[in-house]
Amino acid sequence: MTQDAMALPTTRSGLRWRELYWLVNLRLAIGLTIVLILAVGSLVLPLFNTVDPSVQASYWKNLPPSFKHLLGTNALGQDTFWYLVYSVRNSLVLGFVVAIGVTVISTIVGLSAGYIGGSFERVVMLVVDTFITIPLLPILIILGAVIRGSSTFLTVGLVIIIFGWAWGARTVRSMALTLREREFINMARFSGANTLQILVSEIFPYVSAFLLVGFINTVLFAINTEATLAVIGLSKVEVPTLGSIIFWALSYNAMFTGNYIWIVAPIVTTVVLFLGLFLTSTGFNAAFATKRGVA
Amino acid sequence: MGIVQYVAKRLGLFLAVLFIGLTITFFLPRLMPVNPIDGYISQLMSLSSGSLSSEAVAELRVNLEELYGLKGDLLSQYVSYLERVLLRFDFGPSFAYYPATVSDVVLNALPWTLALLLTTTVLGWALGNMVGLVAGYFHTKRLATLLEIVGILIYPIPYYILAVSVILLFAYVFPVFPLSATFPVGEMSLNKLGLILYNAFLPALALVLAGFGWNILSMKALAIATTEEPYVTYARLKGASNWTRMTRYVFRNAMLPQVTALALSIGTIFNGALLTEIIFSYPGVGLIMRTAATGGDYNVLYGVITISIIAVATAGLIIDLIYPLLDPRIRHK
Amino acid sequence: MIRLNNVVVTYRTSRGSINAVDGVSLEIPDGCVVGIAGESGCGKSTLMKLIYGDVTSPMSLSSGSIDYGFENDKGAPITSANIREQWFKRISYIPQSSMNSLNPVARVGTQFIDFPGSDPDKKRVMEKVRGYIGKLGLPPETLDAYPHQLSGGMRQRVMIALATFFQPELILADEPTTALDVVVQKEILLLLMDLQEQMKNTILIVSHDMGVHYQTTQRMLIMYAAKAAEYGDSEKIFRDPLHPYTRMLISSLPAIGDDRARQGISGTPPSLWGQLTGCRFAARCPLATDKCRAEEPAFIEHRPGQFAACHYAGTEITQTGDGQWQ
Repeated sequence: MTQDAMALPTTRSGLRWRELYWLVNLRLAIGLTIVLILAVGSLVLPLFNTVDPSVQASYWKNLPPSFKHLLGTNALGQDTFWYLVYSVRNSLVLGFVVAIGVTVISTIVGLSAGYIGGSFERVVMLVVDTFITIPLLPILIILGAVIRGSSTFLTVGLVIIIFGWAWGARTVRSMALTLREREFINMARFSGANTLQILVSEIFPYVSAFLLVGFINTVLFAINTEATLAVIGLSKVEVPTLGSIIFWALSYNAMFTGNYIWIVAPIVTTVVLFLGLFLTSTGFNAAFATKRGVA
Repeated sequence: MGIVQYVAKRLGLFLAVLFIGLTITFFLPRLMPVNPIDGYISQLMSLSSGSLSSEAVAELRVNLEELYGLKGDLLSQYVSYLERVLLRFDFGPSFAYYPATVSDVVLNALPWTLALLLTTTVLGWALGNMVGLVAGYFHTKRLATLLEIVGILIYPIPYYILAVSVILLFAYVFPVFPLSATFPVGEMSLNKLGLILYNAFLPALALVLAGFGWNILSMKALAIATTEEPYVTYARLKGASNWTRMTRYVFRNAMLPQVTALALSIGTIFNGALLTEIIFSYPGVGLIMRTAATGGDYNVLYGVITISIIAVATAGLIIDLIYPLLDPRIRHK
Repeated sequence: MIRLNNVVVTYRTSRGSINAVDGVSLEIPDGCVVGIAGESGCGKSTLMKLIYGDVTSPMSLSSGSIDYGFENDKGAPITSANIREQWFKRISYIPQSSMNSLNPVARVGTQFIDFPGSDPDKKRVMEKVRGYIGKLGLPPETLDAYPHQLSGGMRQRVMIALATFFQPELILADEPTTALDVVVQKEILLLLMDLQEQMKNTILIVSHDMGVHYQTTQRMLIMYAAKAAEYGDSEKIFRDPLHPYTRMLISSLPAIGDDRARQGISGTPPSLWGQLTGCRFAARCPLATDKCRAEEPAFIEHRPGQFAACHYAGTEITQTGDGQWQ
């Protein structure tokens, strides 16, 4: 089965597309559509924009929606629509970068722990369990208190990576555990391949399906965590993100002043984005499960 | 392995995790780019507008270093830190609430957090699992798909969105609950209790919803798989009722992995609770942290982290110890 | 007397429908131990399900009926429609995978009373059970144990206890010995026979193991491709079978002193999709003629008490040295 999956890239491209039909199901389609629209939109649209949306007092305050300001302006004199677009972009970029970091670390740790086993595994898993127990938010709050104002936006991302890789490592390791005993691994071992070779050429392709799903979940987690920090005002809130826009809206009592759009728009956008990411993740999961024959 | 070995293993793991966690917390302030003492002293100096003499500042610095355990070499600091924290629960004085100590401040707020956390976690888990059970057991009915969609819609929504949406809906659009909560402190009375419950309803609702979605989805999948087990089929062929099969057979078995999942997600739930407290100004540990963060009260911050680690690890341990009570295969032989 | 009247069980799927049991008629006298044998896919499990009354969509009894020969409390005769009410009262079932048929998180004892049963007084039932399981060789502590603490053989005895303690008229056993090792198999079979002798109930045993049928049954039904191939007294069938398929099945059993090579029956049963004409065994039968391929043989009584569906019932066929039949 796994050999078939790996046969994909080597067949002629005409066949390739037809062989990918197992990938398509409703959830995946909807999810990917949402994510792609938001991602492409947030990356492309800023190319057409000349004004930095985070600069305050660019426009009159609290204007209602119009052609010039699609979602109106907020109490800081910023264009809500463009602020939102940049927010989505920044959140997505952060999410991706963090997800890459987390996935790389957790994969290396998990695979090696699961495959090598013994006391190495025990020690590693102890560290992993500890990191899982340490609640991330208090650490981030401390970071926010200490670094507020004197760091870059991506420092937050770094901290998320440092404390967020544990979960993934656990999952990867249990997968590696089951794989260690599978037939095709033993065959590779007997044919003389060393540990690294086995990890890369045999285990990794099998695991990559789960990694993809885990990656998307991590993106969700990262965006979520940064936004959580921003909402309570402890991230670099001058940078537009999905969290900081809500922070500003709350600080300026958007509900009281009647500027509902300021607070509702990011809520809706966040929900839609997260829904899209979630559907994509479960969609891939279902697709891979069907291909493996267990669904 | 026997039950004694199981308990011993879990206990050992708990202690190890605690130990490593405390060590990390010990090193944390020493790794921060900003020296807390400098920060505090500069704050003090700006407040007193330069009326402090340099001797007074030096003396203050020495006192603070001792207070912070920053005197002496690293090893003695570490040992005295462990001794202070584990034996005396002493995290030093709080800067903002001086002369109250950190433990005073935190222990004041902890019961609020625990009350909110425990009730909402149990409620969210129980409700979500019940809905998931019904959806999974009767998964051929259309209602089941509907319930699953509800789960899919709720699950990805992050805590803060839920919190803000709940405020929007129930304090603004339908002004049933207050927009900003006020919590009466001091002596407890029936009146006060009612007021507390009224104000706490919204944050509790947000937290329950957050846990609800995931439990529906996972329980539904588990219930479907369990219903196809041979022992459930046999129960059907014995003539056992739907209710018996659903509760004593499917639920009793499917809930086991759910309990394990709960133990693993305590960290996340805790995070969510802290955040919700901050958004709703609920006088729990979360709010303390937030105030301490803006006020530069580092003692409180580090104290809260330590207590958080202890709390989460303990909760995990408790659940791990409850598990054998639920699964006889772990309990006996 | 249980009477099957030309029962047809149909499975409706998106691809179309097939008849897993296609017109079986026979009579089972009371107090008899009847074995049902045949290859996988021949319809024996479906027939069992039908007799037990476990017929749920996409499966359905599309034609024919079953007379069970006893009446319910209200005096109405039991048919496939109301047999369900009699589950574990007048009719019971021993499942195939006894290893996994008990609730892992509940004590064994509670599983004797977590269904309606014939006696609503649970306490009284428990006392009866406690006294009863000793007869099956189970110590009284069994009831307080959890399933995983019992051995495979003990678990199977528990299943038999469950199926018999309220003394049903009809017991259906689906491959009761398949998952057990040979020594335990014999014990279980002896136990079952013992109980049957005492209670005089009717037992139907489905097994693909001809040895089980040889040891325990008084009558036997051989099924092939959803149809009844042969039915009658077991001893007579083993000694002198009517249907060539039966003959080939029996000769696959090893016998002491006979050291010929054992041969399986070459070929596979026909697919049940689409129209089938003639005798369904024709493709693999050494006696097959054009008549066999064109005309389906009727299931008739060729000898007193022995039924078979074959145009050439009773014709001798022998195996050559290399295992070929002629």
